[in-house]
Amino acid sequence: MNGMAVIIAAALGIGLVSLAILLWTLQSGQYDDPDGDAERILIDDDGPAP
Amino acid sequence: MGALTIAPSDDYSAFVRSEPDGSSTIDIAVKGARCANCLAKIEAGVKGISGVTSARLNLSTGKLHVAWRGQAVAPFAVIERLAALGYEATPFEAAASQQAEAHEGRELLRCVAVAGFGTVFVVGLTDAVWYGGGDMSAATRDVFFGVAAAISVPVTLFAARPFFASAWKALAKRQANMDVPIALAMLLSLGLSVYQTAIHAQHTYFDATVMLAFLLLIGRYLDFRLRERARGAAQHLVTLQTALARRLRPNGDMETVAARDLDAGDRIVLASGERVPADGLLESATEADISLVTGESLPVAFASGAVIRAGSIITGPPVVLEASARVEDSLVADLARLLEAGQQTRSVYVRLADRAARAYVPFVTLSSLLVFAGWLASGAPLATALTNAIAVLIITCPCALGLAVPAVQIVATGRLFGRGVFVKSGDALERLAEVDTAVFDKTGTLTFGAPVLENAAELPSGVLDAAAKLARASRHPMARALAGAAGPGPIATGVREVPGAGLEVVAEGRVQRLGNAAWCGAGDTPAPGELWFRDGDRGPVRFLFRDRIRPDARAALDGLAARGLALEMLTGDQAQPAAAVAGQAGIACWRANIGPKEKAARMEALRQQGRRVLMVGDGINDAGALALAHVSLAPGSAADVSQRAADLVLRGDTLTPLVEAIDVARKARRLVLENFAFAALYNLAAIPLAALGLVTPLIAAIAMASSSLVVTLNALRLSWGSRA
Repeated sequence: MNGMAVIIAAALGIGLVSLAILLWTLQSGQYDDPDGDAERILIDDDGPAP
Repeated sequence: MGALTIAPSDDYSAFVRSEPDGSSTIDIAVKGARCANCLAKIEAGVKGISGVTSARLNLSTGKLHVAWRGQAVAPFAVIERLAALGYEATPFEAAASQQAEAHEGRELLRCVAVAGFGTVFVVGLTDAVWYGGGDMSAATRDVFFGVAAAISVPVTLFAARPFFASAWKALAKRQANMDVPIALAMLLSLGLSVYQTAIHAQHTYFDATVMLAFLLLIGRYLDFRLRERARGAAQHLVTLQTALARRLRPNGDMETVAARDLDAGDRIVLASGERVPADGLLESATEADISLVTGESLPVAFASGAVIRAGSIITGPPVVLEASARVEDSLVADLARLLEAGQQTRSVYVRLADRAARAYVPFVTLSSLLVFAGWLASGAPLATALTNAIAVLIITCPCALGLAVPAVQIVATGRLFGRGVFVKSGDALERLAEVDTAVFDKTGTLTFGAPVLENAAELPSGVLDAAAKLARASRHPMARALAGAAGPGPIATGVREVPGAGLEVVAEGRVQRLGNAAWCGAGDTPAPGELWFRDGDRGPVRFLFRDRIRPDARAALDGLAARGLALEMLTGDQAQPAAAVAGQAGIACWRANIGPKEKAARMEALRQQGRRVLMVGDGINDAGALALAHVSLAPGSAADVSQRAADLVLRGDTLTPLVEAIDVARKARRLVLENFAFAALYNLAAIPLAALGLVTPLIAAIAMASSSLVVTLNALRLSWGSRA
């Protein structure tokens, strides 16, 4: 019974953290421009940091 | 743009927004950016302008967001830099409605994420109880249900808000839509499950509740994405076409303003090729293409002081226009009223899903009430009667029904989108499936709406190439048609263009002229649709132009006739060209020389006869008819107001997708009805079981998931068909 409580609590914690991360990515607009993000990875930004 | 270059005094201040932190921002629609190279080039180029603090291009929407500090940067400098880099750019007005939509999308996605988390977690907990129930102590089961309750109550209340809001809105209007039973089932099953947990009962419905929210939210989000995509594409076109006008200040300076800010009395500079933004008086003579306004297929000459209508395109020399009305008053007042009237008749249309809901909601409520009363009458305790009544509500919860329509429409609009047909709303597809009559406009719809050289075969050899050398130097539609007929080739140098007459060049010691009859010494009677060419002392040669029917028009119209549609053509053009086009297109019933009001009246008359009309048109004169028709379609080249009034917009230069659109719409309707039939059948089987108290939560969950799966698979048949 004790072990069960630990497992449920751990699973709940992991689930909530993942959900929080997903909601944060959504809030910070990471799904606003999927096409652009796919291309941006190809840009060499060797210049001075913006 | 045209002959007039954009002067550095142009300003785009109408589009600049001031941010709270003191910086200024502007959104610019950039055409042609596709890859990482463009992206890096554009962002680096714009950031290189001193004062610009950030520049970010969104490749998915084609919008560049630029922010800067102080007054140092004129937005014009940004546009100019983009032009220097080779990209066409227009300031973009971020309308409030678009921002609201972006917000709605993000909100829906958030709900999907939360419901998804809840589903995985709660199903994990309750499945353990269903499958391991025998070995599990009552205390462990209570803990599991307690945790499930602690998760599903907040998750459902948060994630199902779209359904609650929509149901509430419908109830406030004393109507019932599909969201009413959905919201009711969710709330009741949640309440019942919490109660069952509190009294340590064996069954709860937490998993069914959360899963229901998750599945329906997925459907709703997909529906939203598709609508947004189709509308975004149409909006983009509109924005690119209507944004700007160049106004003369009293001191002679030129400024660029948003067309909607123009006022009566403003003097507007119009280059050749530009669209007239507002009704007004011309200060000098010119020529204009008025096909979008009246349906006349060839350019018309305007004298100095003549009245010109908004929507005409200047094809002659640049002119100054004195606006006589504001942009929103420029469309004929009658037309605006017609548009409004059409939108009102259209809002009367009831979507299939809502029609089903109207029959479904009372049926479900009534049966669960009967079950409740039946158990009470047979002497069962109140709790049992209540549990079984709620079980009926849950098992009949229109998960399949709620998915039945959106799933089919997503697949259908997705398939049409791939074929170049933008469907603006789901119910447009439903209305398209019902049409029995198709009415076409002529100019720009059945025909290209631009002149095409007709007598190329009869010309003396070499004349076409010689004339095309001159023609390539001009933007006049007939000169362009001539250049198009000759194909690519050299441009004559030193061409002089005489407004209202023609072109002249001195080549190899001979004077070559291309223009009207008088200009080339072929008589004084100017005839529409002809162009003359004179090479030195040789006799003038005549080129004949005519608007040409789209090559696939006949095939498309035959396809419609084969599908049982009656065909008709209404045009503002003269009877003779109308008869020619109607003959080529195979339309027996046509009317020529009629204005926008008569077109709208014809729609009304057809409706009175009980006909369901598909109107296809592109001109401003068609907008009223488009809005009044049962369903309407505009080609991509149509006037902005027509694209806005139409339910569907075609991309590209062909009419054939129209036939496929009707096929897809009809097939979609059949699939929706099949899905309804399936849902009804399933309910007929499930209600007696639930009423007798035989439905356990596990059975309810399995039934819900499997019926959704069947409905979705049935919807996918629509896209399998397209590959065959």
